[in-house]
Amino acid sequence: MQRKKLDISPYLLISPSLFIFLAVVLLPVFNAILMSFQNYDLRRPSKIGFIGLSNYITIFNDSLFWQSLWKTFLWVIFGVGFQFFLGFGLALLLNKKFFGRGVVRSVSLIPWVTPGVLIALMWRWIYDGNYGVLNDILLKFRIIQDKIPFLAQQATAFPSVVVTIIWQGIPFFALMILAGLQGIPTELYDAADVDGANGLQKLFLITIPMLKNTIYVSTLLRIIWVANSVDVIFNMTGGGPAYSTQTLSVYVFNKGNTLNLGYASTMSIILTIILSVVAILYLRNIFRSEEE
Amino acid sequence: MKKGVFKLSGIFAIHITVIIYLIFLLFPFYWTFITSIKPEQEIYSNTISYWPNNVSFESYQKLFTSFNFLKPMINSLFVATSTTIISLTVSIFAAYAFSRYKFKGKKYLMGIFLTNNMFPVVLLLIPLYAIMRNIGILYTPFALMLSYTTFTIPFSIWLLSGYLRDLPISLEEAAMIDGATRAQAFIKIVLPILAPCIVATGAYVFMTSWNEYVFAVMFTNEASRTIPVALKNLIGQLGVEWGMLTAGGIITIIPVCILFFFAQKRLTEGLTEGAVKG
Repeated sequence: MQRKKLDISPYLLISPSLFIFLAVVLLPVFNAILMSFQNYDLRRPSKIGFIGLSNYITIFNDSLFWQSLWKTFLWVIFGVGFQFFLGFGLALLLNKKFFGRGVVRSVSLIPWVTPGVLIALMWRWIYDGNYGVLNDILLKFRIIQDKIPFLAQQATAFPSVVVTIIWQGIPFFALMILAGLQGIPTELYDAADVDGANGLQKLFLITIPMLKNTIYVSTLLRIIWVANSVDVIFNMTGGGPAYSTQTLSVYVFNKGNTLNLGYASTMSIILTIILSVVAILYLRNIFRSEEE
Repeated sequence: MKKGVFKLSGIFAIHITVIIYLIFLLFPFYWTFITSIKPEQEIYSNTISYWPNNVSFESYQKLFTSFNFLKPMINSLFVATSTTIISLTVSIFAAYAFSRYKFKGKKYLMGIFLTNNMFPVVLLLIPLYAIMRNIGILYTPFALMLSYTTFTIPFSIWLLSGYLRDLPISLEEAAMIDGATRAQAFIKIVLPILAPCIVATGAYVFMTSWNEYVFAVMFTNEASRTIPVALKNLIGQLGVEWGMLTAGGIITIIPVCILFFFAQKRLTEGLTEGAVKG
């Protein structure tokens, strides 16, 4: 048996990307871990130094951290949940034949490529308490009697930002699910027709089971992205009023802006650990299909 | 007969639902555009007009005269173009390696690039800020370019290796049997066929760099800030300048839309396949 010579060319080809990756991802992650054990506040540079688990203990007693964690949970559940249902509905529609379908398909993806800042600002203008168009529409239809400052009061601010993130995420789900729908052989539906199945039965017995993997993967990806999203909330409310829209990512970002980097790093590490559960599920799925 | 009526109402229902979706998804853009072409007193009027009574481009004019929006546009263009070129150059080699070679540790190396998608932006943001500050490139375009490669390179590798895997290997093998080296086969055969996919990947990288806010707001200053940061800056200085802000928004999104419509077909194919298959 002849031993194959080790070919180093693939390693050479990968090395530039790997080098950049190590420098801008791995090194920072390592630094974040180090910073989480330090009192690292750029406003007080003379006091920078290791303090052990102190940051972690402070976080454990930080009621704002727990509140932000809870908000993150609600943000993901409602945000991703509605993105999924509305995106699924849109995909089913776009899979039907109708006039102008091609244009509708492209145009309905635009929210997905719109900058997060712009999304936040567009919606902020729509929600505006004085000149906002949403108030005007609701008043015209007599749904409300007085103008509502949607983003300025605690009761409405959180649902309002959730609607915005739902709006942003519908196209992504629609895109993924539509691709999945197009991969389902039409014979399955023909056979179901012969057996006299109705639309609902076809949906639950053919469409959804066939799309299981697509749904699983796109939901996992979306959970990670939505949980990490900062720009939409930050530019709509900054996390307020009274922290009612502050998710963990926004909290970290706000802390980073105050230059308390040690505390911010510690929180971001906790967020990463929580999200890694989702990430591991995703990777397992990818590697499983790689082996097939 | 009855079935015909039923079918007709079904088609009607589809169209109605499509229209409702489109209104929901597109109204914010319509409203932004309409606001951008209203004169100031009409934007802040108590009776809201759904089409401007007087069309005016004063907001656009002000954006370039009193706010100097051109500067962030140039910054954005520079950062996004450089990021695209860097990412594509290094990623295409890596993608070629992942799709054409069998080697030890391939799975783990690929896994390293994939996990990157999972890191919260804020996890990298804080230490990168400290690093950029220490090596003295904070507030320069390089700070942004480097931080954008954290997600553009893994993403490009992932997308490009998907495209390469779908490309039949037989053409390259035929060329190599005819005496071409691997490099020649790559340049003369693979690159031309792959060109549209490279363009699509580049378009996506450009769009994400053009749109990015979180790194941009922390790593730039007055001189180096990009469009998203400039847009946000229109809030707060003298109250909210909704006229200029919406005008800036429209200008920002036009290049993105053009790029997207060009790259759309390949991009959506690559994305949807890649996400599920890996």
